[in-house]
Parts: sequence; C-alpha cells; structure tokens
Amino acid sequence: MEAAVEPGNLAGVRHIVLVLSGKGGVGKSTISTELALALRHAGKKVGILDVDLCGPSIPRMLRAQGRAVHQGDSGWVPVFVDREQSISLMSVGFLLEQPDEAVVWRGPKKNALIKQFVSDVAWGQLDYLLVDTPPGTSDEHMAVVDALRPHSPLGALVVTTPQAVSVGDVRRELTFCRKVGLRVIGLVENMSGFVCPHCSECTNVFSKGGGEELARHAGVPFLGSVPLDPELTRSLEDGRDFIQDFPDSPAFPALSSIAQKILSETPAGLS
Amino acid sequence: MEEVPHDCPGADSAQAGRGASCQGCPNQRLCASGAGAAADPAIEEIKEKMKTVKHKILVLSGKGGVGKSTFSAHLAHGLAEDENTQVALLDIDICGPSIPKIMGLEGEQVHQSGSGWSPVFLEDNLGVMSVGFLLSSPDDAVIWRGPKKNGMIKQFLRDVDWGEVDYLIVDTPPGTSDEHLSVVQYLAAAHIDGAVIITTPQEVSLQDVRKEISFCHKVKLPIIGVVENMSGFICPKCQKESQIFPPTTGGAEAMCQDLKIPLLGKVPLDPRIGKSCDKGQSFLVEAPDSPATVAYRSIIQRIQEFCSQRLPEGENLVGS
Repeated sequence: MEAAVEPGNLAGVRHIVLVLSGKGGVGKSTISTELALALRHAGKKVGILDVDLCGPSIPRMLRAQGRAVHQGDSGWVPVFVDREQSISLMSVGFLLEQPDEAVVWRGPKKNALIKQFVSDVAWGQLDYLLVDTPPGTSDEHMAVVDALRPHSPLGALVVTTPQAVSVGDVRRELTFCRKVGLRVIGLVENMSGFVCPHCSECTNVFSKGGGEELARHAGVPFLGSVPLDPELTRSLEDGRDFIQDFPDSPAFPALSSIAQKILSETPAGLS
Repeated sequence: MEEVPHDCPGADSAQAGRGASCQGCPNQRLCASGAGAAADPAIEEIKEKMKTVKHKILVLSGKGGVGKSTFSAHLAHGLAEDENTQVALLDIDICGPSIPKIMGLEGEQVHQSGSGWSPVFLEDNLGVMSVGFLLSSPDDAVIWRGPKKNGMIKQFLRDVDWGEVDYLIVDTPPGTSDEHLSVVQYLAAAHIDGAVIITTPQEVSLQDVRKEISFCHKVKLPIIGVVENMSGFICPKCQKESQIFPPTTGGAEAMCQDLKIPLLGKVPLDPRIGKSCDKGQSFLVEAPDSPATVAYRSIIQRIQEFCSQRLPEGENLVGS
C-alpha cells in the first residue's frame, strides 16, 4: 500500500553523510562542524542536521545560538550561519526557550522529533547534508537511520579518539552500521596529538594510532588523523571569524584531505 | 514519582494519557487506563534490596567523553583502598560500557548465584557490574531502544547480589534521557545520597552540564558537587601548563558560583591517566606523585565527608 517515497524536503539534497561514534566527547560535533567548513571551502553548499537532542553543541560552535527557526511554506527554515548562506543548520537548540533547559525525553518522543527533522526541514539545494548524532547505538540512531533510508545516504563517517577505551565503543558502532546496513565511508581519528605551544613538543595526550589500527582490523578505510587544536576550539568558542581562521589551523590540512576523500566518493555531474 | 518530560499532566490527574504531551509517551496507554497512579512494584523491591547499601552516588554529565567512567572507576579504586570499605561500581551505560576495560575486567563473565547475579570482584571489597560482562564479544553492539535499556537497569538494581556495601557508585551514559530517568526513579524510595557532575572546562561542555544540573533539580536529586576534568595540560617535556580545552567562560568555577553549587576540584590532564585506563590499572597507584592524583584524592575525601554528613539510614530525604 505504501506509495513511492516522496523525496519532499530532501529532494534538493545530493548527498547525506552521517557522523557517528559509539563514544561521547570524541569530537563528532567538532568534526561535523570542521568538515562543513572544509566542504564549504571547496565551494560546496552544506547543511548540518544536529540530532543530539539532549546535548546539542553545534549551534554554539557555529555561533548560531539564540537564533530562531522560522516556519516557511514548505517547513522549518534552517538557520544560515554565514552571509553567503553556504552553511545551514537545524538543531533542537533552536527550539528551546532557555539555553540551559534540559531535554528530559525518553525514546519515543526523541524518535518523533527526529522524524520531523528529517521530513519537515526545508533545506533547499544542498551538496551535502551532514547529520551529527549523539553517542551510542540507541533510539536516535535507529530513528535517523530509518528515516533517512529512503533517501539512500552516502554512508557514515565514524569518529574515534586514539585510546583503547574509545576504540572499544567504536567497534560496537561499526557493528551497528553493519547491522542496519549503513556503509562506513571511513574512520576519522580525532585529538591525535597536542603540540605544546611553549616547546613545540608533540604529546599524544590520548595515545596514538588506535584509529588506524582499528580501521585495518575492521576492514574500513582510514581517512586520517585530526590533531587537537586549542586555537580552533577557542576560535569556535569566542565567536571569532572561524571561517577566516580555519585555513590557518593545524587541523585544516587533515580536514581538507578528509573532505577531498568524501568529494571523490561522489563523482560530480550526477545531477 | 518520576519527573516526566514536559507538561505531563501527571499519572493521577484526570488528563492522564489524554493531554497533548501524552502523544508518543510510552506510558500513554497505561496512564489512560487509570493504572498509572500505581507505582512500579520494582521500586519497593529495589528499596528492600538496597537496605544493605549505605551510600549511593550517581556520576553524571550532560556531555560525553568528559571522564565520567574514568572518574567513577577511580572513585571506586580510591574508596576501596581502605580494606574495611565495601565498594560496588555499577555501569548503566548500556550502549557504551567502558567500565570493564578501565577496571581491567574485560572478558569477565557474570555468574548466577542463589540470591541473584554476582558482580565481578576486582578485589574482595570492590565489586563491578556492567552490561559489558553480558556480551559475548567486544564487537557486540547493544542496539536497544529505551524500554529495553530500562529493563536492564531495573535488573541491575533488583537482581544483583551486592551484599553489604558502603558505597554504590553508579556510572551513567551522557545525556538526560531513559537511563537517567530510570535510575533515579528506581532508586527514589531507596534514597540516593547525591550526584557528582563531571565537566571539562570549555563552554561547549558546560552548556550540556547546565542541562544536567537542571535535570537534577527537576528530579530533586541532590548535587554533591562538580568536578572539572582535563583542566590544563602539563607538557611532559617542558613542564609548562597550557589549556587544551580553554575555559573561555570561566570554566566550572564560574558556573558553580553562578549556580551556587560546590566545585569539588579540578583534575589536570595527565597523559598517564588515559594510559592507565587503557591498561585497566588504577592511576592513583600508577602515578602517586601526579598532580591529578592529588586532586583525585582530595575530591574523594570531600565526597566521603558529604556522605557521612547525611542522615543515618531510614531517614528518607528524597521525595519530600
């Protein structure tokens, strides 16, 4: 009885990439943000959908806090973070009256909002839609994968930090991807090293190499290591012009190379 | 009674199960039937079970990866250094259990005894329980929705044979959702001493932690205090400190002042902490001279003091 899926609001979106990790605090939101900046740098139009309902971080990182989502003719109009309107963003953070308010929701309510996020946001024309997820393998993940399945996402980018504790959770996330039939585009190792600003010694704060080893072990592509960059964190937090600052960051080469790999996954000229 | 999400009319109200906010709530049908006013019998059973557990501490944070499990593990290690103190560590991070790895207990199995599941004992006075002990391989993903996770947590509290315990430490996943509501609800009658909230210094983390604090207020969970983790990094080569996660808005200190809750301490980032966790050893023993160990010990002492000031057993402070 089910009719062919209406592409609806995702009709103008060319590629959908999910950013996942079993572990919290490994930098999913940071990587999503940085990747959006890197893709923008390559001249692409990017949307970010933040489905972390209990801890939305992207509005703050992109300095879009306190902005409001408007209702348009075809649905919710996402928030544009730059003047050129090349990055648009949707997050539960825009729907809260108080920024400190806790979203104390059990699964079914979270699922309902995620479905709405997937169907009711008027993204318009996008080259990439990045979907940032909360840690774990539970309600939000199943809901978003189910809702996006008819739109054939390109796959998932799995983020880890180098230590074994994080790698353990990420192994479980890879199992999740396999079980739900989501292709893994590749693994990204975040927070690989920290260069001391005083003596330039590079310390592997969270050890090193775990991501690459895991990728080899699990047979998924390793996309690269992104170093810790306090300057970029500060730039994101201070609300400086991160778009301007971004190319100077030590994280930039790593991110550009990851963006290039994603771009090469998707031969141009399909549309 | 559990504090329910957003505009819940309350299980015993005339609107129960019929309000606009009841849409999509797992209890909608139950509430509409009028049976919602009766409490889950498990709450009473858990209260009975918990009579042998003196102090119950939750370790919370809105944000992931700030060091909840590392802190929980080392709080357990630290308390258990006194061999007369019985410590139990319960990991309710169902989808991402890190405690078995951090405690060096990976691959251990839970045994069934006459009086329930036996925890895995690291020392005679330190028992550990985690969903990680129930998985057959480290690649196993627990892809469970809320109700199934809640069932597991209920079992952990009701069916584990903890024995006589001085401190039960509950390590939680990030967020303010099913696991958190469930553990608070199930332990409501058994009285929780309070919550220790972990954060890192950056605003991105603090904004999630403020949500967690608002959650504690909503469910009337006392807050023991806040621990700022990863505050400052000491370069092993030049010994100079720098900020990896800069406290652009004043860090936990400013937040605690603002919200009038105690700051229990700041733990600097020492690369040896992560290494100890990967190897499953106690960092407190591995690096006794580290400034992080000193900070940990002082925080543990403050938590002990907080617990000892609580009223003796039987006095129910929660649910007033």
